[in-house]
Amino acid sequence: MKKIPSGIRGEIRLGSRCKNINMSEHTSSTLSKYELVCGMEVHAELKTKSKMFCGCKNDPFRASQPNIYTCPVCLGMPGGLPVANKKAIEWTIKLGLALGCKINLFSHFDRKNYFYPDLPKGYQISQYDQPFCIDGVVETDLGPVRIHRIHLEEDTAKLQHKTVDGQKVSLIDFNRSSVPLVEIVTEADIHSAEHAKAYTKKLRQIIRFLDIADCDMEQGGMRLEANTSLRHPGETNLPQYKVEVKNINSFRFLEKAINFEIKRQSEILDAGEVPAQETRGWSDDKGQTFTQRAKEDAEEYRYFPDPDLPPIRFEQKQIDEIKDSLPELPDKIIKRWFADFDVETKNSDLLIESQDDAKWFEELFVEAKKAGVQPNALANAVVNKKLIIAEPRQIAQTIKTFQQANQTDTVDEAELQKIIAEVIAANPDAVAQFKNGKTNVIGFFMGQVMRKSGKKLDVKQLNASILKTLSSGQ
Amino acid sequence: MLNTLTLKQALDLLQAKKISIKEIYGDIRQSLSQNERLNVYLTLNANMETDAESAVNKPLAGVPLAIKDNFCTQGLRTTASSTVLDNFIPQYESTVTKKVKEVGGVVVGKTNMDAWAHGSSTETSQYGRTLNPRNTDYLPGGSSGGSAAAVAADMCIAAIGSETAGSIRQPSAWCGAVGLKPTYGRVSRYGVVAMASSTDSPGPIGKTVEDTAILFNHIAGHDENDSTTSPQVAPDLTKALNQSIKGMKVGVIYLDHPGLKEVAPLVKKELEVLSTLGAEVEEAQAMDPEASIGVYTVVQRAEVSSNLARYDGIRYGNDRSFFGAEARRRIMLGTYTLSKGYADKYYLMAQKVRTLFLQDFERLFKKYDVLVSLSSPGFAKKVGASESSSMFGELEDMLLEASSITGLPGISVPCYRDEKTNLFLGLNIMAPMWQEEKMVKVADAFEKNTEWNTWRNPIGK
Amino acid sequence: MVNTAVSTATNQSTKSFPVEHVAKLSNIPITKEEAKKLEVAFVDTLKVVAKLQQIDVTNVSPTFQVTGLENVWREDEVNEKKMFTQKQALANGKKIYEGFFVVPQVINQD
Repeated sequence: MKKIPSGIRGEIRLGSRCKNINMSEHTSSTLSKYELVCGMEVHAELKTKSKMFCGCKNDPFRASQPNIYTCPVCLGMPGGLPVANKKAIEWTIKLGLALGCKINLFSHFDRKNYFYPDLPKGYQISQYDQPFCIDGVVETDLGPVRIHRIHLEEDTAKLQHKTVDGQKVSLIDFNRSSVPLVEIVTEADIHSAEHAKAYTKKLRQIIRFLDIADCDMEQGGMRLEANTSLRHPGETNLPQYKVEVKNINSFRFLEKAINFEIKRQSEILDAGEVPAQETRGWSDDKGQTFTQRAKEDAEEYRYFPDPDLPPIRFEQKQIDEIKDSLPELPDKIIKRWFADFDVETKNSDLLIESQDDAKWFEELFVEAKKAGVQPNALANAVVNKKLIIAEPRQIAQTIKTFQQANQTDTVDEAELQKIIAEVIAANPDAVAQFKNGKTNVIGFFMGQVMRKSGKKLDVKQLNASILKTLSSGQ
Repeated sequence: MLNTLTLKQALDLLQAKKISIKEIYGDIRQSLSQNERLNVYLTLNANMETDAESAVNKPLAGVPLAIKDNFCTQGLRTTASSTVLDNFIPQYESTVTKKVKEVGGVVVGKTNMDAWAHGSSTETSQYGRTLNPRNTDYLPGGSSGGSAAAVAADMCIAAIGSETAGSIRQPSAWCGAVGLKPTYGRVSRYGVVAMASSTDSPGPIGKTVEDTAILFNHIAGHDENDSTTSPQVAPDLTKALNQSIKGMKVGVIYLDHPGLKEVAPLVKKELEVLSTLGAEVEEAQAMDPEASIGVYTVVQRAEVSSNLARYDGIRYGNDRSFFGAEARRRIMLGTYTLSKGYADKYYLMAQKVRTLFLQDFERLFKKYDVLVSLSSPGFAKKVGASESSSMFGELEDMLLEASSITGLPGISVPCYRDEKTNLFLGLNIMAPMWQEEKMVKVADAFEKNTEWNTWRNPIGK
Repeated sequence: MVNTAVSTATNQSTKSFPVEHVAKLSNIPITKEEAKKLEVAFVDTLKVVAKLQQIDVTNVSPTFQVTGLENVWREDEVNEKKMFTQKQALANGKKIYEGFFVVPQVINQD
């Protein structure tokens, strides 16, 4: 029996596959009565050179004029026919494998039929029942989020609202029409706004690392949608309704919108009613979500396989080859940088933008270690923009610059010991605190010693010295 | 009159410089003005002579061709016989017309058709019906009625049409011309106003089998713009001409259908020629063609409903209120058969029965080289006949739908002429997919050994 | 494949046809008279189509494409030749404004 996809918006009820998620400590107090049931749909525009089903240039954001990257196909002219972009398909498989998905060896494109001015053919070529990737997972600090499916489709044109000659009109630019779009749909595993943010950030990191999309949210290169509902903690059945929040183009808005929905839906449920099944948008000006349109229980898209596109059949061997060609992914690198170089995750996260960056920074850390420089200190300095890496970046030069900026003064060891002893003697309370287990009082001592000496001292060494004295002394 | 030449004759004479572009186009223009009431052409190419002059040294030597108005021709209005596209001037060229022009073929004009190719009469055209040149009280058939009429009236030397289920073969039969429907996937659909994407097949309509073979050679082949075209190299169909059909196994199907009681005997008699030429002709049992009506109706209307969704008047053309009655019916029925609660019952079901037809033909072609039948259940119908039923088209194409939905190639050749009405019957010869040579062999032999082709055997001579 | 949602349609008979609903889905404006005529036409058509239901399709899988082709795609290259200039793209549009196609404002923007 064919597996019925449950991630499709409104089309079919989600089965009760969701496990009972424990709430994170970050959620607001209004949530104590209810828990959030949330799944996300993320769209990312792939940065192929050409569009998904035609050879038009894929560069809608930087186009100098509207409607300059079009052809009979993406403009939906009579007789236009789609021809699939091989690279876009490969990248979708790549992404699926990176997220631990199973790849469907047989898949095809389907027509999703509906009318809208930004949809030139009156249907969108997408995937319905046999998407390229299914059943993956994204790990985050706040818990895993299972990936239900990933499929490939084409983007719509861009609509702009304006008043022209006193009339309210919509202006349409087809430069974006038929740009390749991956759609990543999760299970309803997200249990808080923070979790949603963590998931989206991690997803973006992976996508960017694979170098398949820029995910510029402001330009719409990555679009977020959250399906939210609430239920009583402990309940395993999915709620009877679902509110879809769309048009979220920043992490901040995502968090705010979800938290707003939690509050709004709680109030409705408290009153004994059920929130309306609908699509809402986020208005940052007003700080609230607003109704965009009522969602019917099942949208009438009348999916059927696109007769203009032959199906796709992979051999397991080909998938294995793509899998082997995957780079080491961010999470693994981050773990390794912590284990081998003591570099903190919060720093690694920001340095690991691309495979090139990852490679370069790893080399930097290796050399830094050799030169006696703490990799994490380096990382910290880069992240906080205290160390600017000159282009073209060079490892030796970078280390040298860092060392110069953080040069410590030479100090007479005996004199240093004398100062340490003086500071310790002058602060019996602090010593007592230290003996009582408050070890971070060391920081205080270090500050005192540095001030008294008037010199720039090596932090690590100083720390060790003071610790030694405190531990051995009276 | 040079417009009465066949394509082969015209090419020979033009290439030998025995006739000039000026002469042949002069005669063509004369036939156009004499036959205006037939309503064959919707748009004429004002530059036909100049186009022809610059093409004289190319393989098609500047011959005047009629092109069905669902092929987008750059700079030349293309309407698909619907007022939705009344003002549409394509900024691009269909692959078929591009290929034809590249080898020196010239567009005389765009021919009338059933609007959106929805029909088998040319009466659903929003620009008025076309009349059958053989007898103007009657219809030319459709949807390539204009192209078939253009050929029959010698208003061109040859024509291009398209078939979704019968639209090349049926009007060719009704007009006493030759219509060749290639294998689905043999000829590019790029730039052709889509009807049913999974069966649409562009193809030639001509005066003789040879003419259609020549044109086929120029338009067939893989196209990178159409993902459903086969990478196979197309056969040279002129090599299938003048071949012996001795030993070929011919299966005759559908002729025992009760609806064909009157015409079946006429055809059976004509089939004796094939036996005389050494072919083994016998009756064969095929799946009931009536079942193919259901399959075709559902699949076609479903795909139509989706293919016509792009016509919203924003980027080109007029808005959807301009759709004619037939188009509305088909779009809406198609929407219905794809919709929730009905998709399984109709669309999915139809695609399964389609599989059964594929299997049936597979079985038949294990035994036979070609299958033959009538192209149409009868002679051309009288003007106004299409209004008799909302299923007129599909019923008229009953004998052609099975081969169309399964992608088989087929060719219709004139096989009988009624002396009183001057109306024709067409013999439909079908071959396995990708084996057009087989059907051309048989068609060519039949044509040359009978007298029904009025260009090889002019009436009254 | 197709929408396999469980059918709860109470209207399975060919006796009546949801003309208005289908017209809306098809984005085709129709008048009440047309609706009446269309309903008759649809009932006729569905009668013919209904014969399909009598055919045994046990263990038969659907055929969506007859060519048997698979894996047809193109390399990721820009095809300058096939692209329209802005002028060509806009050539057939009824309402153009500063290089854009114009429609009356669409509410409920997605």
